[in-house]
Amino acid sequence: MHRNLGTEFIHVMQKRTVVKILLIFTLVFNVANLFAKEPEKGDGGKVNTKSEIDAYIEHHLQDSHDFTLWSDGETGSHVGFPLPVILWDNGLKIFSSSKFHHRETVAQVGEDYYKLDHGKIYKTDAAGTINYDEHHHATNVKPLDFSITKNVVTMIIVGVLMLLMFGGLARSYKKGALPTGFGRVLEPLVIYVRDEIAIPNIGKDKYRKFMGFLLTVFFFIWILNLLGMTPLGVNVTGNIAITVCLALFTYFITQFSANKEYWKHIFWMPGVPVLMKIVLMPIEILGTLTKPFALLIRLFANITAGHVVIMSLIALIFVADNVYVMTPISLLLTIFISVIELLVAFLQAFIFTMLSALFIGLAVQDHDHH
Amino acid sequence: MDKLINDFSFGLFFWQALILVVLLVLLRKFAWKPILDSLNNREEGIKNALESAEEAKKEMQNLQADNERILNEARAERDGMLKEARQLKENMIADAKSEAQAEADKIVAQAQATIASEKKAAIAELKNQVAGLSVEIAEKMVRKELADKKKQLDLVDSMLGDVTLN
Repeated sequence: MHRNLGTEFIHVMQKRTVVKILLIFTLVFNVANLFAKEPEKGDGGKVNTKSEIDAYIEHHLQDSHDFTLWSDGETGSHVGFPLPVILWDNGLKIFSSSKFHHRETVAQVGEDYYKLDHGKIYKTDAAGTINYDEHHHATNVKPLDFSITKNVVTMIIVGVLMLLMFGGLARSYKKGALPTGFGRVLEPLVIYVRDEIAIPNIGKDKYRKFMGFLLTVFFFIWILNLLGMTPLGVNVTGNIAITVCLALFTYFITQFSANKEYWKHIFWMPGVPVLMKIVLMPIEILGTLTKPFALLIRLFANITAGHVVIMSLIALIFVADNVYVMTPISLLLTIFISVIELLVAFLQAFIFTMLSALFIGLAVQDHDHH
Repeated sequence: MDKLINDFSFGLFFWQALILVVLLVLLRKFAWKPILDSLNNREEGIKNALESAEEAKKEMQNLQADNERILNEARAERDGMLKEARQLKENMIADAKSEAQAEADKIVAQAQATIASEKKAAIAELKNQVAGLSVEIAEKMVRKELADKKKQLDLVDSMLGDVTLN
């Protein structure tokens, strides 16, 4: 009985710690967010009209070739650091993004000239001319861009962070059965993913093989979502390339671990007339693709929408006629939405992992009941 | 949709895939495997401990039941032994009593027999003596009769009177 009380106490304490950390995250980052956003007025000038704000938000949502912490639109100064640009254009071209001078100049590498336009690198002439077609698409040649962008840097940081956190947790088990310090927070999360996501969806016998992927994806998305709420201004999980990649991983893992029954159900559905089998085949094949597609769109849209809403609310301050009235309203709304976004950050990581586990579970389950 | 496709950066996709693969491999080796193994071991350990505690409890109960049973048996045995002993004692007493009675009866019978035979012997002797005496008296009387007829008759009379007095 005594021990029971002890473990319960630890459990409660762990829950409390998690809640506390979440609260601190919300408060610190969102207050910081508000203050940090103010000097970060622009990308090429002062931002205080509606169209400028739209452009600024759109710019924020996109990936960037340098890590700008903030910039002053009036003086045109930027605080941050440049990142390496890696291009494949008849050979590997590596140079620093500082050569673009924040999109203002043409970068000359050897005999080639490159220019940044809306987050994309185009090959141009020495003057940096970019030709547009009638749809306002640039017609210049786009070299293959493997640059270490802001998002790549963020992902590497998150990767290292995860290795440190969970490597530490793994090492702490060598000293004793119970983890210490931050491991106390991480362990319930790992158990949560195992007991609430993996085992119910995949089954007790087969879940172990997929735990690595599910845990990695869960924490990767969650930490990136949370980082997206910091004033660092990164938007990794709201980038379509990231979510496509994550969804493709789920897709391939699902298909490669699928058993005979799964394929049978796709190509030759048992228990229905032959005509139906033929009709169902393309639908089922399409179904395998729509599942990961739903995954990638859901994550992308949720995170992007959250960023847009928060930034729009902050921007209210700058478009308002009366700053003294609008500022507290904007602050309150932003904090409110930020708390919701904090929930969304977890929820989207959870849903992505949950659905991945569900799809894997459908592919590996034994159809004994048929 | 057009915008989404336009926004798709192959470079970012490539790096993401690379980072994810590296992360998966490293985390699996250095984090997930040891963490999940430790968790499993710990849970197994707790389960085993609980099971063995349950087992011990059951064994304890068995032991207690055993003890109870043995104690009951011992008690019953003791009761049986006591009862037997009491029975034995009563039997012995009864036996002794009856034996003693028989012996006593025998002794009394013997005594009575002896008394009877003694009495018989005494009576026989008395008879003999009386007979002897009678013969003597008769002898004396005969002698006296021979001397004085009258006197003899008187004597006989007086002696006979004596004899009847005796």
